[in-house]
Amino acid sequence: MAQVQKQGVTPLVEMRDICISFGGVHAVDHVSVDLYPGEVVGLLGHNGAGKSTLIKILSGAYQADSGEIHVRGKKATITNPRDARALKIETIYQTLALADNLDAASNLFLGRELVTPLGLVDDDAMEAETRKIMAKLNPNFKKFNDPVSALSGGQRQSVAIARAVYFDAQILIMDEPTAALGPHETQMVSELIEQLKAQGIGIFLISHDIHDVMKLCDRASVMKNGQLVGTVDVDDVTDDDLLGMIILGKKPGVAAD
Amino acid sequence: MAQTDTNSGRAPARKNIFHTLEIDLRLLGMIGAFIAVCLVFNVLTDGRFLTPRNIFNLTIQTVSVAIMATGMVFIIVTRHIDLSVGALLATCSAVMAMTQTEWLPNALGLEFGHPLIPWIAIGVGLLSGLVIGAFHGYLVGYLAIPAFIVTLGGLLVWRNVAWYITSGKTIGPLDETFQKFGGINGTLGATGSWIVGGLALLGALYGLYAARRNKVKHGFPVKPVWAEFLLATIIGAAILGFVAILNAYEVPTRVLQRTFERAGLEMPEGYTQSYGIPISVLLLIFLAIAMTIVARRTRFGRYVFATGGNPDAAELSGINTRWLTVKIFALMGALCALSAVVASARLTNHSNDIGTLDELRVIAAAVIGGTALAGGIGTIHGAILGALIMQSLQSGMAMVGVDAPLQNIVVGSVLVLAVLIDIVYRKRTGGA
Repeated sequence: MAQVQKQGVTPLVEMRDICISFGGVHAVDHVSVDLYPGEVVGLLGHNGAGKSTLIKILSGAYQADSGEIHVRGKKATITNPRDARALKIETIYQTLALADNLDAASNLFLGRELVTPLGLVDDDAMEAETRKIMAKLNPNFKKFNDPVSALSGGQRQSVAIARAVYFDAQILIMDEPTAALGPHETQMVSELIEQLKAQGIGIFLISHDIHDVMKLCDRASVMKNGQLVGTVDVDDVTDDDLLGMIILGKKPGVAAD
Repeated sequence: MAQTDTNSGRAPARKNIFHTLEIDLRLLGMIGAFIAVCLVFNVLTDGRFLTPRNIFNLTIQTVSVAIMATGMVFIIVTRHIDLSVGALLATCSAVMAMTQTEWLPNALGLEFGHPLIPWIAIGVGLLSGLVIGAFHGYLVGYLAIPAFIVTLGGLLVWRNVAWYITSGKTIGPLDETFQKFGGINGTLGATGSWIVGGLALLGALYGLYAARRNKVKHGFPVKPVWAEFLLATIIGAAILGFVAILNAYEVPTRVLQRTFERAGLEMPEGYTQSYGIPISVLLLIFLAIAMTIVARRTRFGRYVFATGGNPDAAELSGINTRWLTVKIFALMGALCALSAVVASARLTNHSNDIGTLDELRVIAAAVIGGTALAGGIGTIHGAILGALIMQSLQSGMAMVGVDAPLQNIVVGSVLVLAVLIDIVYRKRTGGA
């Protein structure tokens, strides 16, 4: 599959030679990754390896010091989250980034509210849309009029996922989407990823869990100390190969030579 | 204040009916506290507290602080504070007083009393408040200086800018039209008040109907019809009762006599005239409605609350929180100016100490009204009710003859107690 993608298909996203530093620390150091339609690319690495930082550059939360981002073959300038959203890049943050005092619908549409012809926020229409998408994603979800602070971890996660999915994302970034979830909910997220993949959406999946990556991803890019160790086809490597990349920072192919 | 406690303690048992009516329990607690305060003072003053005259005075005394409290809600909801509102009020008041008595007559040659003068003065005042507020917002939002520091500095700066502009003199009397915004000098009279009351009633009924229709359209659960009718009756009774009380306050006969004499007419036997709704109160009501719509139904309001709930989430959702901060402080500044119109018009002049300690009253009103200093939570009607409770306590104690220092001790203690009750309430109900 990876072979097919590399021949002639334009990648959804190409991040080329990205660098960013914070106070002299090279958080991301000349890293290049790419993502094709219908593909899941895992981003692996220890805490502080730079994977979340790299992805925040794509989602507009940070701006790279140098390097280029190409989206669907065109050079893109992403200076804030609005730019990313306009490019159909949606992000599910590890922290979920929900305003706890607002209800599910307000969070789902935050920054993109539905408005009446008078320009006023149309809460009822937003709630109706939220009910529709929740019926698909998490049929057990019932707390539409409570602030999200009153929801369980899984319910909050489904609000964050619904927000990313609702707006027809073509590029989806998931930062540890299953970290706070129980086994049943984790299974739901896995199914969702399969489903989105089948629709041709490209997904960057940040994870600590090698098993998750082996199961869900097509390729995996491993980072260590801000640098890219390498990108591999998941089918070509074993768990141990990936572990070696994460811990020792050495590529399996190189080791074999 | 013990009454508040029993109220919130009793509330869960009755939860069902209030749940059916979809009435906010906290609002109910505040109304309960307010009624309790009124009743206690009414007993202590042998019925002088709840007379039309005193209720009229209470409402016009509350307006100035209440106007600013509505803006303070947005400030506190976004986790900021504004300590400069009283000083900013003074600067705006000074600017408006000087505009109408000195600058316009001297520079533009508009005679004092020219019909354009009050409107130009108000415009200049609002613009000054807006610009100064926006400047505070810029310092807080873009330069990341804590709002506490910016507005603490502002407190000193603007209090003394006002002093400097007026050389510390009392400026007055102010323009007669301008004075109409103060309270007793500008009221709607009986007929006008009934018309406003009727329109308000129609508006409220339509609001209830429209909300229900919208819910039905989307297939959401709605209240039973009897609940809607009960709610409509309560609202209607409150509106018309309020108008009736204000209309029951009649202009004293000697004042009427003087008015007739000045017009060169003889006053007919048995002639009476009601004050009715003061223009300043009408202004506050319109403002309250407008600010509630802004808070609940505009993107700006939604972003204010989202930013207060989780600034990072707001930022990641593409909300420009820095620009939002500028807008919030600019709004606060404009409201200080509006408040300055009412306050100086009520006094019929600008005095050097106008608005002193108002920052504390305004913050207290917002906080007593349920605005959480941790951010994200607060309502406009709560803040206005908070201002009303504070004013009732203050004037009630003055009427009973409580010494001035004791009055302030009580008001200060009530503020702390109200926050404590709020914290306990929030813990029990688990959040907002």
